[in-house]
Amino acid sequence: MTVDASRDTWARARAYQDVLTAQGAVLTDADYLQPADTLLDLYGEDIRARAFTTQDPVRGEMMLRPDFTVPIVQQHMAHGAEPARYTYMGKVFRKQEDGGDRPTEFVQVGYEVFDGTDRAAADAEVFATLAGLLKDTPVTPATGDIGILRAAVQGLNTTPARRAALMRHLWRPRRFKTLLDRFCGLTDTPTSRAALLAQDDPLADLPPVLGLRSRDQIARRIDALRADAAADPISGGERSLLDALLAVRETAPFALTALRDIAVDLPSISAAVDGLAARLDALSARNIDVDTLMFEASYGRTSMEYYDGFVFGFSADPALNLPPVATGGRYDALTTVLGGGTGVPAVGGVIRPALVAAAEGAL
Amino acid sequence: MTLKLGIPSKGRLMEKTFQWFADRGITLRKSGSDREYAGAVDGIDGVELVLLSAGEIPRELDAGRIHLGVTGSDLVREKLPAWDSRVVELAKMGFGGADLVIAVPDAWIDVDTLDDLDAVAAAFRADHGFRLRIATKYHRLVRDFLRDNGVADYQLVDSQGATEGTIRNETAEAVADITSTGETLRANGLKILSDGMIHASQATLFRGRRKDWTQAQRDTLTRLMAHLDA
Repeated sequence: MTVDASRDTWARARAYQDVLTAQGAVLTDADYLQPADTLLDLYGEDIRARAFTTQDPVRGEMMLRPDFTVPIVQQHMAHGAEPARYTYMGKVFRKQEDGGDRPTEFVQVGYEVFDGTDRAAADAEVFATLAGLLKDTPVTPATGDIGILRAAVQGLNTTPARRAALMRHLWRPRRFKTLLDRFCGLTDTPTSRAALLAQDDPLADLPPVLGLRSRDQIARRIDALRADAAADPISGGERSLLDALLAVRETAPFALTALRDIAVDLPSISAAVDGLAARLDALSARNIDVDTLMFEASYGRTSMEYYDGFVFGFSADPALNLPPVATGGRYDALTTVLGGGTGVPAVGGVIRPALVAAAEGAL
Repeated sequence: MTLKLGIPSKGRLMEKTFQWFADRGITLRKSGSDREYAGAVDGIDGVELVLLSAGEIPRELDAGRIHLGVTGSDLVREKLPAWDSRVVELAKMGFGGADLVIAVPDAWIDVDTLDDLDAVAAAFRADHGFRLRIATKYHRLVRDFLRDNGVADYQLVDSQGATEGTIRNETAEAVADITSTGETLRANGLKILSDGMIHASQATLFRGRRKDWTQAQRDTLTRLMAHLDA
């Protein structure tokens, strides 16, 4: 990045932060080096492909912060009191392993709200705040709601084990579909599994057990496989509803109507759809034009692993081929994981000033 | 400027590479004593032989310090991110074959596919409080493969040798390792997942990016390729 571009980026970042502090956000910060353990536990091994890893002789493996959210949530869970509003500004670091020419470090300004008094209002506050920062930038917002997907899966009429398996892979659409196809009885049982379950006592000739996974754990999995084989398939009707739900992609009022229609036959999503309606009202109250706002039920499903409710992004003209200029969402469950069991309602978003400049054609 | 050809400096891989070029009318040999890592080329002008470790050849090709190199296709994929935008495969050489596979203990009679491995990883994490460990030295290849196949709740632990023994030693629950016949895996009480083939590797002739090559080097490559294709 040239010196001029860097100056422009930091000037924009400071201007955003001035707006955020003026509306009451408390300035906060995070260490550049974060313990790798926490990030690996949250994101799994994939984070190694995205975060730079280094070694501290005493603290062990460390990562250059790939985002601020995790350390900010940890700080809040350790010391903060609700309600709280935070802002931070600084560089985050991401490997670009696909060999692309996207930057490996970039400035982010963030806004995080820990306030459970009115979730819809807090969602709208974060969205409207970022929209305000972007009011002169040619970007288009899109929204989604992971909470509706979660409610749909949790409401499926099938075994708890199958629901848990689907929930676990909500973020991996290909794996999710493979599992769903099998639970719907659309794919054959793998031959090796059929052969195993055909035996009266598969453990009778068990080869010597090596390593930490015990005979008992193997036996329990076989029991689970038997229970799964005995379970009825998820009905075609439920599958159609789920597919229809995942395909919803309309302006918000039409999306709401479509989801209400689906909720008639899939009542488990009703509360989450009510939450969407309340959010749209709260957005309107903040002068967001919801009639033109896009809602995509699958939005954020591949890239935003810790979000579990409202999700949104602001994108520049697709011809510019830029990542979203600003993104955010609700992450209540993350606070529970990082808070050691106690969670708080939390929603936040980040804006990347260099991308704003690019979207405005300023560079 | 000569065209520098990097060849593994030791063992069967070197001998078979020499034989492969000899079959195509180009004689490669070590010059001087057997312990010396200098080489000579007969049968074509403008090619210089560089002997170095097979594991370093991907990096040297990428850096442009050698122009052509023979090494395992697994090593190029492991060591160079987005390898196919940085080097080009000129010829698969038909030897040095080995498969990078995922293997688990024979006693895991409930595990035959990646789908099983993923389910077991979830249960293992719930039972033990840490993610199921897969020992390997091929971190990038294994991670990309498992991500593409939607396997979660595992961790990779580094193992630079005797990887098959890590499970018995309770430092890993599964392995991702290179095997040509599967014999060592079987001898250690391990079986290969039916869909656990990550990469079928073989010795391959690669070239690096040509952007800084002289016309003489380009012409030499053209003559070399005529030999190899003949």
